[in-house]
Amino acid sequence: MGIEGVGARVARKEDKRFITGGGRYVDDMVVPGMKHAVFVRSPHAHAQIKKIDVRQAQAMPGVIGVLTGKELKADGIGNLICGWMIHSKDGTPMKMGAWSPLAVDKVRYVGDAVVVVVADTKGQARDAAEAVEITYKELKAVVDATKAIQPGAPQIHAEAENNLIFDWELGDGKATDAAIKSAAHVTRMKIVNNRLVPNAMEPRAALGHYDKAEDHYTCWTTSQNPHVARLVMSAFYNVAPENKLRVIAPDVGGGFGSKIYIYPEEIVCLWASKKTGVPVKWVADRTESFLSDAHGRDHVSTVEMAFDKDNRITGLKVDTIANLGAYMSLFSSCVPTYLYATLLSGQYNIPAIHANVRAVYTNTAPVDAYRGAGRPEATYVLERMMETAARELGVSPAELRRRNFITSFPHQTPVIMAYDAGDYNASLEAAMKAADYAGFTKRRADAAKQGKLRGIGMSCYIEACGLAPSSAVGSLGAGVGLWESAEVRVNAVGTIEVLTGSHSHGQGHETTFAQLVTQRFGVPIDSVSIVHGDTDKVQMGMGTYGSRSGAVGMSAIVKALDKVEAKAKKIAAHLLEADEGDIVIENGEVKVAGTDKSLPWFQVALASYTAHNLPAGMEPGLKETAFYDPSNFTFPAGCYICEVEIDPETGLTEIIQFVAADDFGNIINPMIVEGQVHGGIAQGVGQALLEGAHYDASGQLLTASYMDYTMPRAGDLPSFKVSTSNTPCPGNPLGVKGCGEAGAIGSPPAVINAITDALGVVDIAMPASPATVWATIHAKKH
Amino acid sequence: MSDVSLTVNGKRVSGSAEDRTLLVHFLREHLGLTGTHVGCDTSQCGACVVHVDGKAVKSCTMLAAQASGSTIVTIEGLANGAELHPVQAAFKEHHGLQCGFCTPGMIMTATDMIARHPEGLDEATVRAELEGNICRCTGYHNIVKAILAASETMAKGAKGKAKQAA
Repeated sequence: MGIEGVGARVARKEDKRFITGGGRYVDDMVVPGMKHAVFVRSPHAHAQIKKIDVRQAQAMPGVIGVLTGKELKADGIGNLICGWMIHSKDGTPMKMGAWSPLAVDKVRYVGDAVVVVVADTKGQARDAAEAVEITYKELKAVVDATKAIQPGAPQIHAEAENNLIFDWELGDGKATDAAIKSAAHVTRMKIVNNRLVPNAMEPRAALGHYDKAEDHYTCWTTSQNPHVARLVMSAFYNVAPENKLRVIAPDVGGGFGSKIYIYPEEIVCLWASKKTGVPVKWVADRTESFLSDAHGRDHVSTVEMAFDKDNRITGLKVDTIANLGAYMSLFSSCVPTYLYATLLSGQYNIPAIHANVRAVYTNTAPVDAYRGAGRPEATYVLERMMETAARELGVSPAELRRRNFITSFPHQTPVIMAYDAGDYNASLEAAMKAADYAGFTKRRADAAKQGKLRGIGMSCYIEACGLAPSSAVGSLGAGVGLWESAEVRVNAVGTIEVLTGSHSHGQGHETTFAQLVTQRFGVPIDSVSIVHGDTDKVQMGMGTYGSRSGAVGMSAIVKALDKVEAKAKKIAAHLLEADEGDIVIENGEVKVAGTDKSLPWFQVALASYTAHNLPAGMEPGLKETAFYDPSNFTFPAGCYICEVEIDPETGLTEIIQFVAADDFGNIINPMIVEGQVHGGIAQGVGQALLEGAHYDASGQLLTASYMDYTMPRAGDLPSFKVSTSNTPCPGNPLGVKGCGEAGAIGSPPAVINAITDALGVVDIAMPASPATVWATIHAKKH
Repeated sequence: MSDVSLTVNGKRVSGSAEDRTLLVHFLREHLGLTGTHVGCDTSQCGACVVHVDGKAVKSCTMLAAQASGSTIVTIEGLANGAELHPVQAAFKEHHGLQCGFCTPGMIMTATDMIARHPEGLDEATVRAELEGNICRCTGYHNIVKAILAASETMAKGAKGKAKQAA
C-alpha cells in the first residue's frame, strides 16, 4: 500500500470545501427567477377533504400560484408507488393504496401534503399558506399497527381491508413448530422495535426548473440515488421523459435511508415550475422533516426460540407486525420482509426458522428503510432472545453464542441467505478482550459500593450488504436491478475522472474511490476526480444505500479500471515494442518488466488521444465503462459490547464503555470505515436510550422537533473502542463487505442487554430513557 | 423593512431586509454566504453558529436588524487566506466530518470553545460544551478528537508567540 493507495488512512479530498463553507447543498442553489414553495399539510391524521378554497391565498402579496391535487391530477401526474412487490402467503399481491403527491379526497397522516403555494419569498409563501382554507371532515385515526388490524379499526385505504397490506411468511413453519414442541427449553418474548426519525442534519429540499424553450426539466434534490429518482419520476409520475429530465443531487447532508425515496415535494416542484413558469425551490423546515420524512423501524414481534438439552438452538419462530404508515413508500415492503426475515439466522446454526410478517397501514408518516433497514430489527430480535435465553438457561451469554456459532463456510441458512465467509468467534474474543469482560464482576461490585448499578451486554450481529444480485432481487419482487456502473476516463494529460453511479452524502467516496485509482496506476490522488450525482454527467447508476457503494460501486470501478489497464498496456507494448504481458504499471510509469524501458503514464494517455501510432485496428481514446452485478450479498458481522452504569436515584444511564469488533473484509480507508462505525453506533445508542417517535392516539406527532425528539448529543456518548478483523469477502474483486450500517445494527441490543443486566429485569422498552429506567426500578421494588 | 449594516469577514456590508429576517437568512440570502446552514427551527442544532462580536451565536436566534453594527465572522472568513484555521485543519486531519452539513457550526463553536478555555480542554468539557451542536454522522468521536487536538495546537502556537514577544 502506498501512502494514498488501498489500506491507507488518506485524509478526505472533499473536506476542504466543507470546512471552509464551500459545500453546495440544494438550499444553496440559486437559479435566476427562482421562487419559493411552501406546502399546506394536513393537521389531521385522517380526514376527508370537503373543500379547498385558495382565493384568499392567491390574492396575497408576492403569490405566484396556489396549486391543488386536482390540478396535478388533471395534468396527468401519477401516484407515488412502492417498487418492490410482495405477495401474501395466500398468493395475493400486496394491497397498495393510492398516494397522490398532493392529497385529493382524503388525508391519511398529519403532514400529508394538500396544497402548494409558490411566492416571491419563502415568508410570503408561508403567509399565503396560512390563508388557504381547507374544510375537512375528521375521521377516526389509528396509529398503532397492532390495533389497526383489529376488526372495526378505521379503514385507511379502500384497497387494504383491515389495513392489512400483506401477510407474508418465510421458512418452514412445520419444522419450526416441531422443534419448539420437542425442545428442552423454549424462550419466549414480545419484542418491540421503536419508531425512529432518521434526521439527516440537512432537511430535504428540491428545486424544480422547467425550461420552456427546451421543454426540459432540471431537478436539484437531496437524493441518495438521483438516477433512480429520474427513472421513477419519469416512468411512474409522468413528470417528463428521462431524456427531458436532469436530476442533480449535489452535496447532500446525510441520508441514512431517508433520501432514497422519491417524495411528493420534488415531483410537485417540477410540475409547479412548469405550471407557474418560474423555477420553484422548496426546503423543509425541521418539523416538516419530522412529519414527512420516511420513518424507520416500528415492529412488534412475538418470538419463540427452542433449545435442545445441550443449549443448541433447534428452532426460531417469529411473528412480526410491521407498521408501514399511511402510504407505501418506495422500498417499504422489502424492509420487513427480505431485508429482515432473511437475517433471522444471525450468526447461528438454526436448523428451522419461520417468520410471519404482517405489514399494516396506520395514520402515521410512511415507514421505509432507515440505516440498517430490517437488519437492525432482526438483530434486535435475535440478540435480545439470546440474552434472555442465556439467563434462563444459566449459561454465560458468550458461551451460549459460541456454542451456536456457524463455523464453516459457505453456510446456507434456512432463510435464503448463503453466508460466504466469517469468523464470528474472532470478533467475540476481540470484543471481550477490548472490554476487559473478565474484569466486569469487580467493576460491578465497585460500582455497587457507590450505589450504582452496572450492567454489561453483548450483541453478535450479521447483516447482508452489497445490495444486491439483480436476478436474485428480481425473483423476490424488486422492480429494479441492483448492479452499479462506473466509467473511468483517462484524460489526454493523464489525469483521471471516475464517473460513478454511487452517491456520496458523507461516506467519503471522493477519497476512497480515488484510492483505488491511485493504487492501480500510481498516479497522485489529486490527479483523480470522482464525479457523481448528476444524471447528465454520469451513466445510469443505482445509488448509495444498504452499504453497497464499496462492494458494488467500487467493484464496478475495478472492472472499468481493468479495461483501462488492459488497453493502456496494449498501447505501451506497441510504443515500447515489447510484449503486452511484460508491461507493468507502477508509480505513474508504464514499464517493460525487467528492463529500463518505460513511459510516463501521461504519455500513454496522450498517445491514445493523438492516435498517431496505435496498434492496428485500435480505437482512439482511453475511457472505459463497466456495469457490475454482484453474485451474492456480502455478510459483514461483528460483536459489540456495552457496559452501562445506572444511577437508581435518577434512572440516568451512563455508557461506561462501548466496544465494537467488526469484520468488514478488506478495508480501503480505515479512517473512513471507523467514522462509519462511530456514526452507526451513535444512532444505535440513540435508538436504545434516547430516540422515539411518539404519536398520540389521535395521530398527532408529539416528537416533531429537537425540543421533543432526543437526538444523541456529544455528552450522551463516550468515545468508542473500535477494531476490525478480516475474512475477505470472496464474492467481489476487492474482498470488501460494507461498513455503513453495522453500528446501527449491532448496538441497540448490546445497550438493552446491558441495561436489563444492570437492573435484573427481563426487558425494558426502547428508548430506555431515565424516566423509563426509573419507573422500571420502582416497579421492581413494589 | 430594516437597514442592516455589518462587518462580515472583515468587509463592511449593508442592505435592507424585512424586519422578521433572521441573521442566518441575511447571511445566506442577502450576502450569499451559504456556508452557514439551517438544520432546525428551534435553535437546537447549531448548524448556523457564527461569531458575533467575538462570541459564538446561533444566527437563527438573532434578527438581522438586531445584529446591525456588529462584527461577524462566518465559516467563510475563518481561514487566513489559503491557510486553514487550526480548527479547520484538525477537523480534516481527524476526520471530524462526514456529510459536512453540521461542520461549519461545529467549527465555529469549537473555535469559540477553545478561545474560552486558554487553560486547555478535556474530553468531558468538550462533550458538555457541544450540547448545542448536533451531528448525525460522526457519533462525535472524531469531532471531540479534532477539537482536543486543535486546542493543543493552538496552545502551543500561543506559547510560541508569547516566547517570541518576550
